Amino acid sequence: MTASATHSAIEAVWRIESAKVIAGLARMVRDVGLAEELAQEALLAALETWPGTGAPDNPGAWLMATAKNRALDHFRRDKLLERKHEELAGEMELEHEIAAADREAALIERMDDDIGDNLLRLVFVACHPVLSTEARAALTLRLLCGLTTDEIARAFLVPEPTIAQRIVRAKRTLGETRVPFEVPRKDELAARLASVLEVVYLVFNEGYSATAGEDWMRPALCAEALRLGRILAELVPKEPEVHGLVALMEIQASRALARVGPSGEPILLLDQDRSRWDHLLMRRGLAALARTEQLGGRLGPYALQAAIAACHARSRTAQETDWTRIAALYDALAQIAPSPVVELNRAVAVAMAFGPAEGLALVDALASEPALKHYHLLPAVRGDLLVKLGRLDEARAEFERAASLTRNAREKKLLLDRAAASHKLRVVK
Amino acid sequence: MRFMVMVKATKDSEAGVLPDEQILAAMGKFNEELVKAGVMLAGEGLQASSKGARVRFKGSKRTVIDGPFAETKELIAGFWLWQVKSKEEAIEWVKRCPNPFSGESEIEIRQVFEAEDFGAEFTPELREQEERLRAQLSAKKK
Repeated sequence: MTASATHSAIEAVWRIESAKVIAGLARMVRDVGLAEELAQEALLAALETWPGTGAPDNPGAWLMATAKNRALDHFRRDKLLERKHEELAGEMELEHEIAAADREAALIERMDDDIGDNLLRLVFVACHPVLSTEARAALTLRLLCGLTTDEIARAFLVPEPTIAQRIVRAKRTLGETRVPFEVPRKDELAARLASVLEVVYLVFNEGYSATAGEDWMRPALCAEALRLGRILAELVPKEPEVHGLVALMEIQASRALARVGPSGEPILLLDQDRSRWDHLLMRRGLAALARTEQLGGRLGPYALQAAIAACHARSRTAQETDWTRIAALYDALAQIAPSPVVELNRAVAVAMAFGPAEGLALVDALASEPALKHYHLLPAVRGDLLVKLGRLDEARAEFERAASLTRNAREKKLLLDRAAASHKLRVVK
Repeated sequence: MRFMVMVKATKDSEAGVLPDEQILAAMGKFNEELVKAGVMLAGEGLQASSKGARVRFKGSKRTVIDGPFAETKELIAGFWLWQVKSKEEAIEWVKRCPNPFSGESEIEIRQVFEAEDFGAEFTPELREQEERLRAQLSAKKK
């Protein structure tokens, strides 16, 4: 095997093993930052020795054992320092030795805890609410997906030093605030899990909003988020919202190919060529949603959004869409996670199910909503409903306003085209 | 990227001999690992080629040939679809797979075509956008 081939093979092993190694070490040393450094040392050792000796038969176990030894070395070094202080109290020495041996055994035992438990601890710590959402995302991609700072920087379109800084600070914050390396207790589990899911969905959306031609690392974020979600779904299989989020991401990802036209223009859901939807991902999404539903209880916000996405996935043509059900699901979503954007989407669904006048009434109720003041989709939706009601002059004004609010050139063109079209219709009339 | 990972048939699999309990258990464990790692998209085992058929095309003519087929080693006994970051990652996973049959067997790894493999048909506008982004990025780095 050539040196570069060995190098790629080591990278692949790292991709598969790094999170487990870091999680095991963090359990042992109780410090995520130190754990990552020690894991990196093990990776370096692999890069140094494997090209000469060839990869070991069980590369995962090799990395874990090397990392474990580094951790013990680290503790012994610390202990040496400690002992120098204690030499003054000479008679303590023997007891100290015994205690140290016990401690090492205890440390190793801790590291050998169930891999899944340690991984889950790592997820919760990386997504701890003491960190900003941005820091949580960067740390998660680093610790759980094994991405380099360079890859993370390219994915988020920021310079590498920014990400490096963000990760260093995040690790420091975790250390300073003494965040325990534990899965949260039952009473705080829901809130902490929400914090994890938020990060996963943020990573997914970063990738999903990437346009063609951007660095391939950006769309790759979708794959990373999906992978994280799928891993999480197996780590906490009884949490309905995890499956809800996975379902939502799988179904959205299934449309990735169909949502962009040949020259990069966005294609709206109802105009998409449904034969280009990825049926494998869609089926996986529907299966994940079924898992949520089987767990029982009221659907959470991710599950509800997934259920809405599933309505579209199940209709073979846009005309077959069950808008009554979608309107009802938005109703439920507006109750548990109210937001002006949800309300706007509900208005669209209501218009599709019960007519444009009903929808327009809901949209008009949002007119004074400060959060939507600069949101181009509000006038765009309003314009659309006005066209359907034959109020073309007003429609044209709304499309023009929407066009002035969007910063996306393609969307702007689309809206101006619609404004011109409403004008033409008016003239024909 | 996606890979199709194919388990090649053996004399036993073609004879319809089911894998023994030990192999089944090991394979079950391996599949579980794949799911836990978020790698497995799909996977199925295939019945012997005696239960299959081929359709041969020659111009507009179609001829149906019933199984079994002779070239055992070229046949497939099962497959997975995996989502991984690189071919090396797929290879690494295959190396961890238990031997699917007693004795000699082979697994083949093939990359699945995806949209971006059909040539980056960048429009001038998209290319310009990308160059602008890169320029912004390098400006920020300074």
